[in-house]
Amino acid sequence: MLFYIFRRILLMIPTLFVISFLTFFIIELPAGDYITNQIAALKSSGEQSSVAKLEFLRKEFALDRPFFERYLIWIGAWPGPHGFDGLLQGNWGWSFEFDKPVAEVVGPTLPLTVFLNFATILFVYVLSFPIGIYSATRQYSWGDYGFTFLGYIGLATPNFLLGLILLYLFNRWFGLSVGGLMAPEYIDQPWSVDKALSVLAHLIVPTIVIGTSGTAAMIRRLRANLLDELHKQYVTTGRAKGLREGQLLVKYPLRMALNPFIADIGNLIPSMVSGSVIVSVVLNLPTVGPVLLSALQSQDQFLSGFILLFVAILTLIGMLISDLLLAVLDPRIRLGGRASQ
Amino acid sequence: MHYAEAGRDDNVNVLSVEGLSVDFHTAEGKVRAVDDVTFAVPENKTVALVGESGSGKTVISQTIMGLLPPSAVISSGQVVLSDPSGEIDPVDIGSLDRKGARMRQLRGNRVSIIFQEPMTSLSPLHTIGDQIGEAVLLHRNVGGPEARELTQEMLRLVRFPDPKRALDAYPFELSGGLRQRAMIAMAMICHPALLIADEPTTALDVTIQAEILKLIKEVQSELKMSVLMITHDFGVVANMADEVVVIYHGRIMERGTAQQLFSNPKHDYLKALLNAVPSFHMDKDERLAPIRPIEVKADDLKQGRTECKVAPGEPLVDVKNITKRFGLRKSGLFSSSKSFVTALDQVNLTIRRGECLGLVGESGSGKTTAAKAILRAMEIDEGAVCYNHGDGLRDIADLTGDDLMDYRRRVQLIFQDPFSSLNPRMTINDVLIEPLEIHGIGTPSERADRARSLMSLVGLDARFLRRYPHSFSGGQRQRIGIARALALNPEFLLCDEPTSALDVSVQAQILNLLQDLKRDLNLTYLFVSHNLAVVDYIADRIAVMCRGRVVEIGETREIVSNPLHPYTQALLSAVPEPDLNTPLDFAALDENRASEPASWPEPFRLEAGVAPTLIEMEPEHFVCAPGLQEARALEGTAA
Repeated sequence: MLFYIFRRILLMIPTLFVISFLTFFIIELPAGDYITNQIAALKSSGEQSSVAKLEFLRKEFALDRPFFERYLIWIGAWPGPHGFDGLLQGNWGWSFEFDKPVAEVVGPTLPLTVFLNFATILFVYVLSFPIGIYSATRQYSWGDYGFTFLGYIGLATPNFLLGLILLYLFNRWFGLSVGGLMAPEYIDQPWSVDKALSVLAHLIVPTIVIGTSGTAAMIRRLRANLLDELHKQYVTTGRAKGLREGQLLVKYPLRMALNPFIADIGNLIPSMVSGSVIVSVVLNLPTVGPVLLSALQSQDQFLSGFILLFVAILTLIGMLISDLLLAVLDPRIRLGGRASQ
Repeated sequence: MHYAEAGRDDNVNVLSVEGLSVDFHTAEGKVRAVDDVTFAVPENKTVALVGESGSGKTVISQTIMGLLPPSAVISSGQVVLSDPSGEIDPVDIGSLDRKGARMRQLRGNRVSIIFQEPMTSLSPLHTIGDQIGEAVLLHRNVGGPEARELTQEMLRLVRFPDPKRALDAYPFELSGGLRQRAMIAMAMICHPALLIADEPTTALDVTIQAEILKLIKEVQSELKMSVLMITHDFGVVANMADEVVVIYHGRIMERGTAQQLFSNPKHDYLKALLNAVPSFHMDKDERLAPIRPIEVKADDLKQGRTECKVAPGEPLVDVKNITKRFGLRKSGLFSSSKSFVTALDQVNLTIRRGECLGLVGESGSGKTTAAKAILRAMEIDEGAVCYNHGDGLRDIADLTGDDLMDYRRRVQLIFQDPFSSLNPRMTINDVLIEPLEIHGIGTPSERADRARSLMSLVGLDARFLRRYPHSFSGGQRQRIGIARALALNPEFLLCDEPTSALDVSVQAQILNLLQDLKRDLNLTYLFVSHNLAVVDYIADRIAVMCRGRVVEIGETREIVSNPLHPYTQALLSAVPEPDLNTPLDFAALDENRASEPASWPEPFRLEAGVAPTLIEMEPEHFVCAPGLQEARALEGTAA
C-alpha cells in the first residue's frame, strides 16, 4: 500500500510537467502577448515615450525568446535574463496587469478560494447524502417527489440570480453587507475573531449558491446509484440473513453506491474554481475565479498560467485522494492484482 | 413409545403450506402468481419444487422467507413452520409482518436460502468471513471472535480447502463453486430447520454442480435439516428429491414421491416436461417432444439460396494449431512484466460440411474463445483458421474488404443470452433487416419480404415484426436471434450455448428448430455448450475442451459410450440423469478435480509446455495423450 502511494505521487511529477506544458501552450496560442498588445495600443494613440520601457520589459521577461525557451524559463529549467528563476525556484512570475508579482496578486485569494471550495464540497455532501438516501429508499413517495422538484429547481435556476436574491434577503433579514467575503471594515485589516466571524457569515451565501446545483445533481445521482444497488441479489442475501433494514442499507448497498462519489472528488475541485467564476464576479468574491477571468482577457500570461496550473495541481491532489480512498474502501481495487493471479 | 416415535418421524412436517395464494398488484391489476398451493416438507427430507420460469416457484420461496416484494399480498392460506428443535413454536409465516422483528428472527436462523447466482449473491466489498459470521452475530448471542470461530468451523464443514484463509478472502477471489459453498455455509451456520435451495446449481459447471449437490446431501444428514429444492432440472430432482411437487402457472400439477412421479407420471404436463429433457439413453433418431412444437416453413428461404459448394463430409472449417494468450496486467510503474493465460493451446478442429460438431467444456475451457477465433472476432497469436469457400481451404486471416464481408455473410453466430443480444430499442423488423442493410442486399421491399419469411421460418407470426424485444419470452427472443443469424443465407452457424438460458421445454423446442433448419437449409453447425446431454442430442461429433486444449474428439456415440480421456469420463459421470435408476455416483466424485491437466494419469498427463497432440486411439476417435505419442515414437525408432 505504501509503495502504491509512493508510486502514485511519483507518477504525478511527469503529469505535472505535461500539464504545465499544455497550459503554457494554450495560453500562448493567441497572437502576441500582453506587452506587444500594450505597445500596439500605445503606438496607435501616438504615445512613444512608454514604448521603450515596455520593450525593456519584454527583454526582462524573456518574451522575445523562442517558444520552448520561454516555457523552460517559466518553469525554471532554463536560465532566463536573471539565471534560473521560475516555478521550480518558487518564483510564480510577474503579473503585468497588476504590475505586481503573481504571488502577491493571488496570494490573498488562494486560501479563501480553497476555504470556500472546501465549505462548498462539505455543504454538497452533507446535504445530498441524507436526501439521496431518503429519496432512494422511499422511491415515489411524496418526500421523494418533493426533493426531486426542489432539486430540479436548484439545477434550473441560474446561479448568479440565486446569488443576487439570497444577498438581498440576507441583507434585509440579517443586515449582512452585500458582496465580498467579509464586511468592508475588515478588508486589509489583520485577522481577528470578529473578522473570522464576518468571513464565516459571508461564506453562507456563496456556499449555498455555488453548492446548490452540485447538491441537486448529487442527490439525483446518489438516488439512481442506490436504486440500482437496492435491487441487487446481495441485498436480498443480507435481508435473508435477518438483518434490519437500516443495518442492511448502510452495510451493503450504500457502500457500493459510494464508489462513484469518491471517484468524483478529484473532478469536483477544478469545477468549483472554474464553475464559480460568474458567481464570484457577481457576488464580488475575492477568489481566484475573477482574477483568472481578467488575466485571460488581457493576456496576462504568467498570472493566468499560474492559476491554471494551480487548479491542475488541485485536481491531481483530488484524484490522488479519491484513488487512495477507493483502494481503502474497495477490496476489488486493492486486491485486483491478487485475484487475477 | 417406540411406535409413537416412529410415527412422529413419519408425520412431522417442518413446513406445511396450505391453500396458499399470492397476488401481485401491478399497473394492469391483480395478477395471481401462486394459486391454492398445498404441500409439505417432512423432517429430514428433500422436497423438490419443479417448474419452468414464471411458474411461481420463486414466489413460494419468497413467501416462506418473508421476502415478498411490497406489491405482493398473501390472499389466502397459511405457511406453517414447525421447528423440530423446539427453539420456536409453530408459526404461520404468512401472518407475520415481513419487516417485523419476529420474521427477522426466523430468517437466516430457522429458515435460510441459497440463491442461484453465487456471483451476485455475495457482496463484493466484504470478506466471506464477515458475511457468513454476520448471521451468527444476529441470531446467536456470541461475540466477534466466537463468530469467527463458528464461521471457520462452518467453512470446514462445506469443505473449503483452507477455511482459516478463506475467512479473510473476498468473493471475487473465489471460483463460482467456492462462492456457492460460502453461500451454503452462510445459510447453514445457524443450523436452520429448513433450507431453501433456489436453483443452487443452475449457474455452475456440471462437475461443480455434482460436488455442490453432494455437499448439500452431506450437510443435510449431518445437521438434520429439511430441504426445499427449487429447480427446473429433472436430473437434479432425480438425484436429490424424496418428494416432488410439480408446479405450472402457480398451480400444483402433480405431487408425490420421486419414485411415483418418475415411474408413473400422471399429469400430461409432467409427462410432456419429462419428454422434453434430452438424456443419454435416447436413440439416434429419437426426437424430443417439446410442449409447444414449432413448424418450420423453409420453402420461402430455400428459393434463391446460394448453396454451399463444398461436398458434404468435406472439411468446411479447419482450425489449425491455434493458440491465444491473454495478458494479465501486473502492477508496476515502469516494469512491463506480463503474465499470460493461455486460453487456447494449439487447438485443432475440423468441421465437416453438413455436420454438427459439439464443442463441450466447462467455463474457462476456451470454447467461446475458439468460437470467436473462427468468427475472426478476435486476433489469434499462432496458427490459422481456414475456411473452404468452395475453392479449397483459405486462411481467414488473409481476407480483406469484400472477401471478408463475404466470409461474414457465410458464417453467423447465435448468442447465448437472448435478453442482452437483442437491442431493446430496435423493433424486430429492424433487427432482422439490419444484416441485409449492412451487406447491401435487396431493395426495401425485398428486405421486408425477407423479414416476413424469416419470421415464419422460426414459427413466429409476421405481425410481431413491429414489436420490440421486451414483449417476447426468452424462447421467442432466441428464435428471433436465430432468424437474424439466418438473414444472410449463411452456410455455417456458430451456436454459443443457445439454450443454456432457457427452460427445458423451450430448450427442446429450440433444439428441434435448429435440427430442422440444418436439414432444410443444409447448414453446418458448431454447437458450443457445457451441457453434455444437449450436445449428445444435437451433435454428430463431439470435441471436449479443457483448459484451452482439445482433449478428446470423435463420433458422439463413441465419446458418450466409450470416453477414453479421464476428463471426459469425469464430465460424463457428473451429469445428473433424469432417471432414478442411474443416480450420480457421489462417492466416486473426484476430490482432486479432474480438470487439472498435470494430475491426469499417464499417458494423458499434460505438463505445461507440452504440446497437446491428439492420438487416434480408436478409429475416428482422437484423444490427447502425450505419453502415448512418446511411446509410439519410441516404437517407431525401435522399428
